[in-house]
Amino acid sequence: MNGMVSLTINGLVVSVETGMTVLEAARFMGFPIPTLCHMDGLSPYGACRLCVVEIGEAPRARLVSSCTYPVEEGLIVRTASRRVIRARKMILELLLASCPQSKIIQDLAAAHDVQQQRFRQEYEDCILCGLCVRICEEQMMAKAIGFRNRGEKRSIGTPFDLHSDECRLCGACMYVCPACQLRCTYTEPEKAVCGGCANLSPPCIEKEPFDDMMCNMTPCVACEIQKD
Amino acid sequence: MRLHSPDDLKTLQAELCNNGHWTGRTLIIPAGTCGRASGANDLIRKAREELLRGEFAHLIRVRVTGCHGFCETEPSILVEPDGLFYPRLKPADVGRLVEATARGEIVEDLVWLDRETGARIPHQRDVPFFKKQRRTILSRSEQVDPEDIDSYLRNGGYSALLKALEGGDPAWVLQEVKSSGLRGRGGAGFPTGVKWEMLAKQPSTQGKFLVCNADEGDPGAYMDRSILEGNPHSILEGMLIGGYATGATDGIIYVRNEYPLAIKHLHIALEQARGLGLLGENILGTGYSFDIQVVQGAGAFVCGEETALIRSIEGQMGEPRQRPPFPIQSGIHGRPTSINNVETWANIPIIIEQGAEVFAETGTEHNSGTKIFSLVGKIRNTGLVEVPMGITIREIVHEIGGGPVGNAEIKAVQTGGPSGGCIPASRFELPIDYDGLAKAGSIMGSGGMIVMDGHTCVVDVAKYFMGFLKDESCGKCFTCRKGTQRMHEILDDITQGRGTHDQLDLLEELALVVKDTTMCGLGQTAANPVLSTLRYFRDEYLAHIDQQRCPAGVCKPLITFSINENCSGCQACAKACPADAIYGERKQRHTIDTSKCIKCGTCRSVCKRDAVEVA
Repeated sequence: MNGMVSLTINGLVVSVETGMTVLEAARFMGFPIPTLCHMDGLSPYGACRLCVVEIGEAPRARLVSSCTYPVEEGLIVRTASRRVIRARKMILELLLASCPQSKIIQDLAAAHDVQQQRFRQEYEDCILCGLCVRICEEQMMAKAIGFRNRGEKRSIGTPFDLHSDECRLCGACMYVCPACQLRCTYTEPEKAVCGGCANLSPPCIEKEPFDDMMCNMTPCVACEIQKD
Repeated sequence: MRLHSPDDLKTLQAELCNNGHWTGRTLIIPAGTCGRASGANDLIRKAREELLRGEFAHLIRVRVTGCHGFCETEPSILVEPDGLFYPRLKPADVGRLVEATARGEIVEDLVWLDRETGARIPHQRDVPFFKKQRRTILSRSEQVDPEDIDSYLRNGGYSALLKALEGGDPAWVLQEVKSSGLRGRGGAGFPTGVKWEMLAKQPSTQGKFLVCNADEGDPGAYMDRSILEGNPHSILEGMLIGGYATGATDGIIYVRNEYPLAIKHLHIALEQARGLGLLGENILGTGYSFDIQVVQGAGAFVCGEETALIRSIEGQMGEPRQRPPFPIQSGIHGRPTSINNVETWANIPIIIEQGAEVFAETGTEHNSGTKIFSLVGKIRNTGLVEVPMGITIREIVHEIGGGPVGNAEIKAVQTGGPSGGCIPASRFELPIDYDGLAKAGSIMGSGGMIVMDGHTCVVDVAKYFMGFLKDESCGKCFTCRKGTQRMHEILDDITQGRGTHDQLDLLEELALVVKDTTMCGLGQTAANPVLSTLRYFRDEYLAHIDQQRCPAGVCKPLITFSINENCSGCQACAKACPADAIYGERKQRHTIDTSKCIKCGTCRSVCKRDAVEVA
């Protein structure tokens, strides 16, 4: 399979290794593509859809997630067409509507000039990007947490919400989570400003809704209080 | 008994035809899930009792089959060979029917009554519902007892397999399927022959898979279930032919757990076919080996999507993955896999038996053969209809379906289930084929056809489908999971009278992005119900927003019930009202207390004089 394929990215003909994804190829050539559920070292998943790019030519042009789409000979890619930008902005607006307290989402929205959020405001703890599930399985070799249910009811957790013997409390899931940096800092999202670095003692001790925090670690490595 | 050569099979077929030759009459009782639900089991019991009691067993037999398609009229009996059709029977009628049949007579008052002309129509072939159809697949369900392989063999079953095997050339079979022009009946319409050819060309040392996709999840669609229940051997035969043509080694029927009767019939069929040596190693001594197993899905709508289906078969969570690689290159456990719909498989034996040319004569160019639709909703004749491709929607709805129920006018049909779109009455002259429907903003889908009339609110329909999709999205793609939830939220606001113009614009904007950015077919089509209703019925949306009015009288917060001057004061509505909101003297016009009214519509349904108005 080792060889090169040539494709066109934003009008530039480039030659990259077979087996790369469009995201890898574009970034390698210096074209920025925003991502949320992607992390080097973890298998591509394609959940957040933020990395969509437009491929092909009209009228058959379509959007695909660049983190999962493999490079093909002769592929035509546009990483920042009007259609892509429109989709990205809407995705960020949806993200802001669900999880406004995440610093990462706030930054991405600012960088893409998203200035409004027209949906009913929610404060969800999890955007189901699956980074924690993948790091637990692929890097920590634990498989302690996974996805459950589907659609609206989809969630992440240990089987039956019981403490898992597979979990070694390594904290990798918290480390990669794009939504929970602030969750572990403050529970009143409206008043929240990111203060993760200034935080010296585990803040969750004073928090009332500890059960709803979707923290998968019992006891918490930070505060070592028992969850049940 | 095990068959060791093609000749053994021919001998068996001939023997069955001779021994089983029946000169008397047969009462055919359809007992698919729909038939059983409406009491077919009682008819069967009663019919058998009557045959014993009247000593008619030498004159009449009973055959229990799957659904024939006219579900509206279940439980029914079809008399062979006369072709007499007795709809909506009660067990009490069976005695008379059996006696008359024994004498070779027709029970006039039990046969089909044509509402327009008032005439009695005794023969099935003359009933308007059946007249316009081209029933090549469904008519087989009348002839075959699904629990008995002998019955299938007697009707020429497995002859197509025999023809394929005796030809000795898989390439010929491939070419036949290809030149028949058969397109995938699951909805997308990919040419089956081309798919098979790609599978045949795939190199594989570990075998290849053929999958029958029976994960039929659309609300209101049940043609696959009927085929599996009524004629499971036709699917096995189709897959055996497919395996021979493509060099596949394993077959899997992925059927949803909600279809217990279909699963039961499949297991019986598999066991019987295996017992005869029609499945397994060295089939009919030709050296061709192929086996089929049944995998039961847990009823997730998304598992009808190819890659999610594959993951589900592998025992993982049913969520789609990126294509490429396509299943044809890397499917179940990384091996080449071709997935075809139930109806596609049911067409295969027909193609091989008739020949590709004869098959392609039906339908239109690039859209050959017949298609089964399940016609449901606000229509007089509900059931499964099998029609040649290219027939117009008007013919299906008005001629086969018998037009609207009551005096409301039909305003649209939703084709393709939640992934499809609605087509307004003004476009009913549209011929139904894959390309035509796509142009009209809908899809063929697996063949659900939901008819809506003036009492159906399109915003409410869109909300219903969005509610279905937000539950059934796998939840992997953020835009599909959250997008369907948000679309549902906005539609809910509109039906509650809280909608604004800004929200309507946002809905449209969001719908286009959801369509654009999701990974699999579910998400890419999830916005169709919204986009197509907005395209054709924007005025209804606007009535909800601007005038706080639901033109169809469905959205509860926007309607009020009142009683007009037609009221005779019969008190039927007052008695039926669960909220005690209706008062008035006997023989005086009644009044509805709107502060108590819960808008359930009971008064409207009991009123015989059309005196209850909704505005």
